Formats: sequence, structure tokens, C-alpha cells
Amino acid sequence: MGRIRKLLIPGVDKKLLVKDATKLMPDPTRRRFIAGGASLGALTLLTGCDMSDSFSAEEMLKQISKFNDGVQALIFNPNALAPTFPESAITKPFPFNGYYAVEDAPDINGKDWKFEVRGLVDNKKSWTLEELYKLPQVKQVTRHICVEGWSAIGSWTGTPLRDFLKLVGADTRAKYCWFQCADPDGYNSPLDMASALHPQTQMTFKFGDEILPRAYGYPMKIRVPTKLGFKNPKYVISMEVTNDYKGGYWEDQGYNSFSGS
Amino acid sequence: MSSLAASDERTLAAPAKVIQPAWVRVLHWINAVAIILMIMSGWQIYNASPLFDFTFSHSITLGGWLGGALLWHFAAMWLLMVNGLVYLALGLATGRFRKKLLPISPSGVISDTKAALTGRLSHDDLTKYNYVQKLLYAGIIVVGVVIVLSGLSIWKPVQLQWLTALFGGYDVARYVHFFCMAAICAFLVVHVALALLVPKSLRAMIIGR
Repeated sequence: MGRIRKLLIPGVDKKLLVKDATKLMPDPTRRRFIAGGASLGALTLLTGCDMSDSFSAEEMLKQISKFNDGVQALIFNPNALAPTFPESAITKPFPFNGYYAVEDAPDINGKDWKFEVRGLVDNKKSWTLEELYKLPQVKQVTRHICVEGWSAIGSWTGTPLRDFLKLVGADTRAKYCWFQCADPDGYNSPLDMASALHPQTQMTFKFGDEILPRAYGYPMKIRVPTKLGFKNPKYVISMEVTNDYKGGYWEDQGYNSFSGS
Repeated sequence: MSSLAASDERTLAAPAKVIQPAWVRVLHWINAVAIILMIMSGWQIYNASPLFDFTFSHSITLGGWLGGALLWHFAAMWLLMVNGLVYLALGLATGRFRKKLLPISPSGVISDTKAALTGRLSHDDLTKYNYVQKLLYAGIIVVGVVIVLSGLSIWKPVQLQWLTALFGGYDVARYVHFFCMAAICAFLVVHVALALLVPKSLRAMIIGR
């Protein structure tokens, strides 16, 4: 994405375009807008916030993002299934995606790995891969949509998370399942309970009928086809059922926390 | 342009003719701000996964990075949508759309385009749109509706999957969303240029007359 072309849209000079666009603004705003280089700080002017306090713009955006969490939770239909596709539609090769190179992805030994379950559950225990493999599994071919905009269709097989939550006696009135991962820098992500209980939300052990490869999250990924990709943690090592919002790797940096599809 | 003449009772009733009523002016400028925020943050979002072999210069994008741009985009969308819905509701309820934008005839568009290109298009009566204006203003309303609907179908391809399917699926909806943006940018260039060429039209959009 590094290549920046001079071209904006054919026949349209981008400098003229911005000039034209800024002309639509009231004069004093326009001058400060141009002076500020259209930065976040400058745009706070448009929203009536004080320029000297650019945190207020950030704070406003954060509040609206929280509002959007609420709106999305409201329109989330627990019975609406993500569209499924025939196997022929699977994207090949399915992209590896992470904030690190695939060589730096966690290299987990399945024999040593354990999945720790804690928080508001009756059975707090750590599960071995062998134990988890014995649970009933289902396969689904769904579209993975990245927050960046691209999408890819994949085949994921595993145990519906809601079956597992029932099995461990989770308090499903709790607000979140919070996942922690083995990624470098400790990836984590909260999943709202309604989405955790969605019939297609899955503890995934296989991709394309094969044991989940390292690139896609071995030994276990949480596949949530009703969420953007970054809400589908890989290399999962623990789940905490909790009422506390514990934040997440990307959520803390500003991605909308609900990020439902 | 006597062929465009139609009875205008308001000219007889009102001493000072209001060209753009207050609600149009307020909604217009709110929309201008919302559109600029949406386009500039949209360009930054586009850059995260470009559809074509180019990206937008960082100097003309909003948000700094994908996460910041998404925050702006999903904040400004409320401004755009609520403002747009009020505009559509009032445009229909007051009969403004019908009176100002209809009818649009191909022959009228062709003759007015010719007149415009040869510099013979009259701007004496700003309360009446010529056929080119009618076509562009009606067209940009349609584009506005389509860009919002395609945006919703990208945002909620599961919850609103019928809408996403209507656009031909998630990936196609992204292109639709992009081309609507391009259409709005092209419209903006013409729109702003003409507003500056006919300054009294700009004045009318600010003070009403």
C-alpha cells in the first residue's frame, strides 16, 4: 500500500479538489483548516472543539464509537446467519494476516499447549488439545472480512463456542468472553456474549479440513463470521468469562470494539 | 429561456424573493461538512486495502491511520445520514423536489447543455433550475442514496445481507461505494466551479436571496 500515485481520479487534480472542497467552508474555518494541514487537530474546529485541546476530538470520536457499539449490539440479530458458500468459492491461497510476518507467528507445540478457562464458569480448568478434539465439530464456509476492507472465503471446522460455554457451565448472562493469545505482544480481544452465543461462532481446529496450520492460528482460533477479522483471535491460550470490559489489542488502539458484520 | 417559464406565484406574493429557503441552506452546509469528512476519511480507509493501483496522498486524508479514519467515518456517517434523511423528507413533503427537479426531459438537457457550453445559458432567475442543473441535482441525490446504501452493505454484510446481495455481494459493493465517491467528487468540482462563476448563486445558498 506504499505506492502513492499522483493520480486521484482520472482528470481530477487532487489539489484543486481539496481547494474546492475547502471553499465550501466558512472563511475563517477554511483558513485555519488549510493552515492546519487538515490534521485531526484542525478538524476539531469543524466540530466546535477547542483546537488547543485535540484530546477533545479524540474523546468525542471515542464516545461516538461507544455509541456505535450500542447501536450494533441493538441491530445484532442472534439468529441471522452469515452467508455460507460452496467449497469451490474458497479463496486460494487464503491470506495470512497479522501485524507481524508469518515467520514470527507463534510456533506452538500442541502437546504442551493448554486452553485455560476461567472467570464466571462452573468448571475452571485447562483443556488439552486432545480433550478439545474429542468435542463434536461442525464445518462452515464463510467470508472473512478484514477491517482493512478486503475479504476472503475460508473453510473452518470446529466446536460451536456456545456448546463449549454450556459444557463448562459459563454464566451466559455475563457480558464478555475475553480471549488471550500467544501472539507476540500478547494479542487479546473481548467478544460480547450475544456474539459468543451465535450459532456460527466457533472454536476452530481445522482450516480446509486440515489441522489449523500455524499461519491461521494453530492450535485454536476463534472464528466469528459475524465480526471483522481482528475479532477472530488466533493462537488462543485462554478464555475468561467476565462482566468487565478488559479491552483488546486493536480495540485499545481505536478499532471499534463491537465491529460486527 | 422563456420556454422554461412557469407560473411562479411566490414572486407575486413575496416582496423579496427567497431563492433558497433556510432549511435548504442549513442542510446544504451541514451536508457539505459531512461529505468532506466522509470523503477524506474514506480515502484513508481505502488506502488500507486499495481497490486500484493507487492510494490517496496522506496530506488529503483524514484520521492519520486506518483506525482513526474509521472513527471519523463512522461518526460523520450519522451527520450525513440524519441530515440526508431530513433533506429527503422535507424535499418530498414540501414539494421542492417535484417543483425544482421535475420534469427532466432529454431534449431540454441537450439544448441547455449546448446553451451552457456556448455561454448562452441564462442565470437571471435562480429560483428555477435549468435542465442540466435538474439532471445533476437529481442525479447527485440518487448517488447520495446509493453511496449510503452501499456503505451500509459493506458495514453490515451479515445483518443487512439482503442489501449486500442487492449490490452483488460484499466485494462488488465496495466498488459501488468507491465509484459513488468518485461521482460525488466529480460533481463537487463542477458544482463549486459553477457556484464561483455565478457568485449570486453562492450568496443565495448563504443568505437565501
